[in-house]
Amino acid sequence: ALRDSVRNEAFSTDEKPAPYGNIITHNNFYEFGLGKQDPSQKAQAFKTDPWKVEIAGEVNKPGVYNLEDLLRPHALEERIYRLRCVEAWSMVIPWMGFSLGDLLKRFEPTSKAKYVEFTTLQDSEQMPGQRSFFSTLDWPYVEGLRMDEAMHPLTLLAVGLYGNALPPQNGAPFRLVVPWKYGFKSIKSIVKIRLVEEMPGTTWNRTASGEYGFYANVNPAVDHPRWSQATERRLPSSLFSPNIVDTRPFNGYADEVAGLYSGMDLQRWF
Amino acid sequence: MVLTGIRANTLKPYALWWLVFLLPLLPLVWLFEQAWSMNLGADPAQAIVKFTGLWTLRLLWITLAVTPLRRIFHWGWLQRYRRMLGLYALFYAMVHLLAFATFILGWRPDLLWRELSERPYIVVGSLALLLLIPLGITSTRGMQRRLGARWVKLHRLVYVIALLAMVHFIWQIRSSFEDQLFYGVILAALLGYRIWMRRNSLKRKNLLR
Repeated sequence: ALRDSVRNEAFSTDEKPAPYGNIITHNNFYEFGLGKQDPSQKAQAFKTDPWKVEIAGEVNKPGVYNLEDLLRPHALEERIYRLRCVEAWSMVIPWMGFSLGDLLKRFEPTSKAKYVEFTTLQDSEQMPGQRSFFSTLDWPYVEGLRMDEAMHPLTLLAVGLYGNALPPQNGAPFRLVVPWKYGFKSIKSIVKIRLVEEMPGTTWNRTASGEYGFYANVNPAVDHPRWSQATERRLPSSLFSPNIVDTRPFNGYADEVAGLYSGMDLQRWF
Repeated sequence: MVLTGIRANTLKPYALWWLVFLLPLLPLVWLFEQAWSMNLGADPAQAIVKFTGLWTLRLLWITLAVTPLRRIFHWGWLQRYRRMLGLYALFYAMVHLLAFATFILGWRPDLLWRELSERPYIVVGSLALLLLIPLGITSTRGMQRRLGARWVKLHRLVYVIALLAMVHFIWQIRSSFEDQLFYGVILAALLGYRIWMRRNSLKRKNLLR
């Protein structure tokens, strides 16, 4: 169990969280296989201790840090967020963590820091998906945020789930959670955080730029070229009710984050 | 001795018939068992649709493999089971579509319309199923007799159906093309065999002339 944490009610939805068993067996973590249940089966031996994280780029205090040292100053809180996958399913998940912005401030971003680039561990010994010849993705997995998105208080660095440390399949030992963006933005098992001046290249965007934008804000009005994003299936769904709900702009967080994109054409910058 | 000989001869195809009838049902039985015991995870709908789609493809490919296998290995007995295998492909395709409409769309007319108008791979898949239906209806011996030469022509549609099914599958590639490559190579071999045979028989005809 993790250090005692308090629920951040203001940031939490009152929707019912998915059962723990569903959250830890329904994962897209292609480093551990393509099936939804592959990560829960193939990631159990994943070594997350010791874990080092490099903070690099446009900061005054770059360096390689032990994860414990990175986390120590931060009070953990619970936040119940909606997670909307680009595949048109969603779940409500009680994460534990703290705002990414609080961590970034400690390393003193310079005035040139315009974007943040995150990188997942590259270790094909432990991650069989990275050895696959048939993958359309390049490893390691890379994601990115604009600086104001990264500093937004809703942007979470999660280390736990339902009061327990993150299981490997959910991105242990620590991962990003950006609740108003499609799930693939919320990068798992982070080993490097680099602050940069130019918009970083990101994994899905490089694979299919017409299908996955850099911003990837949840938007029912902008369809994926191959499927509609107007609705989503809220999981767990049962065979007796598909549990289809309407997808909301910014995944229901428009009041908090829509201002970040004022004046931007969201059809173009999807 | 004579008697046992006759019995063995009559029993064998009978047993084989049951085997070919029951084997393709096993995946469905397994699926029911998994669904019943809640083993399909947080998204059972997706699991069922994916599973029945994959088995449609497998049974269609197996049906297409009957002719080459029969010719190459001189397995004349195999021909008799082609109809059943083809009907099973149709059966799984229908379960696949019904599962999609029921478990994923909940038969909501607006969603049905949107999926059919916005998701091209679903249009292609539906077309493949639609074309498969007349082949199922005309698969009986009576129909075969009645249609004669036209029956053969009509049932060549199976090649178009297989290609449509393959496009339906390829169009869903996201992070890996492993399965698509596997099934694509097998289909290429199955269709390539027919092209090759046709070219050979044309050559033979030309020599005779």
